[in-house]
Amino acid sequence: MSSEKFQTIESLAVPLPIENVDTDQIIPARFLKATTREGFGENLFRDWRFDKNGATKEDFVLNNNTYTGKILVAGKNFGSGSSREHAAWAIHDYGFKVMVSSWFADIFKNNALNNGLLPVQVSEAFLLTLFKAIESNPATLIKVDLEAQLISIAASGASESFEINPYKKECLLNGYDDIDYLLSIKEKIVQFENSRS
Amino acid sequence: MAGKTLFDKIWDKHVVDEIKGGPSVLYIDRHLIHEVTSPQAFSGIESRGIKVFRPESTVATPDHNVPTIDQHLSIKDELSRFQVNKLTENCEKHGITLYGLTHPYHGIVHVIGPELGITQPGLTMVCGDSHTSTHGAFGSVAFGIGTSEVEMVMATQCILQPKPKKMLISVDGELSKGVTAKDVVLYIISKISASGGTGYFIEFAGSAIRSLSMEGRMTVCNMSIESGARGGLIAPDETTFAYIKGREFAPAGVDFDRALEQWKLLKSDSDAIFDKELHFDAADIEPMITYGTNPGMGAKIVEQIPATEEIEPSTRESYEKSLAYMGFKAGSPIAGRKVDYVFVGSCTNGRIEDLREVAQFVKGKSKAEHVTAWLVPGSKQVEEQAHKEGITEILEAAGFKLRQPGCSACLAMNDDKVPEGMLAVATSNRNFEGRQGPGSRTMLASPLTAAAAAITGEVTDPRTLL
Repeated sequence: MSSEKFQTIESLAVPLPIENVDTDQIIPARFLKATTREGFGENLFRDWRFDKNGATKEDFVLNNNTYTGKILVAGKNFGSGSSREHAAWAIHDYGFKVMVSSWFADIFKNNALNNGLLPVQVSEAFLLTLFKAIESNPATLIKVDLEAQLISIAASGASESFEINPYKKECLLNGYDDIDYLLSIKEKIVQFENSRS
Repeated sequence: MAGKTLFDKIWDKHVVDEIKGGPSVLYIDRHLIHEVTSPQAFSGIESRGIKVFRPESTVATPDHNVPTIDQHLSIKDELSRFQVNKLTENCEKHGITLYGLTHPYHGIVHVIGPELGITQPGLTMVCGDSHTSTHGAFGSVAFGIGTSEVEMVMATQCILQPKPKKMLISVDGELSKGVTAKDVVLYIISKISASGGTGYFIEFAGSAIRSLSMEGRMTVCNMSIESGARGGLIAPDETTFAYIKGREFAPAGVDFDRALEQWKLLKSDSDAIFDKELHFDAADIEPMITYGTNPGMGAKIVEQIPATEEIEPSTRESYEKSLAYMGFKAGSPIAGRKVDYVFVGSCTNGRIEDLREVAQFVKGKSKAEHVTAWLVPGSKQVEEQAHKEGITEILEAAGFKLRQPGCSACLAMNDDKVPEGMLAVATSNRNFEGRQGPGSRTMLASPLTAAAAAITGEVTDPRTLL
C-alpha cells in the first residue's frame, strides 16, 4: 500500500556487499508474529545486528556509524526466499527508501514496489563502482531520480539508467495504490466472472 | 503462428484486463490464506470499509506458527495464539472456510489444498507463501504473493501481475534406485543456481518427471521457487487425474467427466516457444544434499564440497562466508559428517508417500543415539493415514519423535527449533542461516537421505543401506 509520493532522493548509502541476502536474514521468521505493518525495522537483519543475548554486533554495517543514509546497496540476488512482505516493511520501516542490487528476487521486488521502497537494479559493474565509491568515502552522495530512471554518484558523475515498469513508476510518483485501481474496475471483473460461467 | 505454452494458455484465460505498459489484471480462482501473512490484509480491506469479495474462493488454515504438540490445548505462545485467533476471527467475519487446529482437514496449506481436491488443473492459485508453487504439480498456475497482493485478492479476486518469461526444464531417462524427486529438484537448482530461475515460470517435462507420483511432482514444483522462479508447473496426465478423482472438493460424476475433457487439453503445444530451455539426463542424478546457506549450494553426497578455486572469483567471498557459517571446509568430503538433528516434514516432503519411504527404510533399525529425529506430518489426514498403515509404530520403534501437523522446524516460528551450532539434515526447502532456529545449520535432502542420516548418525548416501 503506497500513499507517499516518491521524490528524487539524494542521500548517503549503506553498503552490504553480500550476495543472496535472503528474507530470513532480512527478517527472521520468529519476528513475523505481529498483526500490523509497523515496527518491523527494529528486527531488520536481527541475527546479523545482534547476538543471541541481544548485544550489538559491532562488525555489522548497520551498527557502524561510518555509514548511514536512505539507500541500501546490496550484493547480487537480494530478497530471495520467502514471500513475506515483512521484509520490505522492515527495510522501509528502518528508514531506507531505495534498495540497490544487481539482481532482485521477483516477489521481493513486487513487495518493495507495493510499499514505496524503490528497487533499483543496476549492472554488476555499476554495483561494484557504487561499493568502491561508498567504501572509499562514506560521505559519497548517491542520487536516485525515478522520473529520469537514473542513479548517479554525485561526486564522480558516474551514472546508470534503470528499468521500471511504467505503470509502477506512475504509481510511485503519484502515490497511487493498486487496490484503488482494482476496485475502480470491479464491474469489469464481474463481467469477466459472468463470461466464464 | 507458433503454439502456446501451457503456462500461457492458463494465464491468458485469466487476464481480465491489460494495463498499457504495465502488469496484467489476473483473475484468481483459489486463494489460500494462513495466519502469518493475512492479518494486515484483512485490516487493509476493513480500513477501506469493504468485505472479502469472493469468500467462497478462499480457504484458510493456521500452519506457520502453530505448536506441534498438544494442539487440542490453547496455544501457549501469546503472539502465536493472538495471530491464530485473529485468523479465526477474520474468517468468521468474512465467511471464509477455516480448517482450524483441531479440524480433521487441518494441515500445511500446500498439503491440504491438493489432498482435499481444492487444487485442480488449469486454475490460478495464490497464497501469501512462496511455496504456493507446489500446486503447479497439477497443471495450475500457482505462485506466492506478498500481503499487499493478498489484500488485492481479498478486495477484488484479482492481482496486478507482470507476466513472467517461460522456461522449459526437461529431465529424461530413468531415475536409478535411491534417487527421488527431491534429488531431481536439488540437482536442477545446483545446476541453475538459487537465482537462475528469477523472472521465469518453469514447466517441468520429460520422461523422468512423468514417472514421478503426484507427491514427487509436488516436491519438484514446491522447490521451483528456490531457483528464484515465480513458480513451476507440470502438464496434467493420468497420474494427476487418478489422484484428484474422489477427493472432497474435486468435481464428481458427470462434472468430473466434463472437467476431465478440459484438463486433457492442458499441455504445451509441440511448437510452443519458451524463452529458455534446459535439458537434463536422469542418469546423471544421484542422491543430493546441500552444503551451504542457499538451496543452489548442493552436490551429490558422494562428492566433495567444491574448492574455492572452482568458484567464480566475484562470488568467492560470499561462498566462504557461507561455508564458515556451516563450519565446513572447501574441498572436504560431504559424506561422513556427524548429524545432530533429522527433520522429516514440511510442504516439500511431509506427505504420506514421504512418510512411507522413511518407514520402509528405517523398519527394524534404530536411529543413532546422538540424533534427535523429528517427523512432522504435513496434515491431519497424513497423520491419520500414517496411523492406519502402521507407519507411526515403525517410526516410533526406530526412535523418531512424531509430532502434530504444521510447518514446524522448516522455519522454526514455533518451538521446534534446531539449537545453535547443531547440524540438521532436513527434508524441507531452505538452508538459509538460522532458518531452523538462530545459529542452526541445515543440509537439505530427500526423506531417504534424512532417514539414512538418522540411522547412521552421519551424512550417508542412502543407497549404501538399500
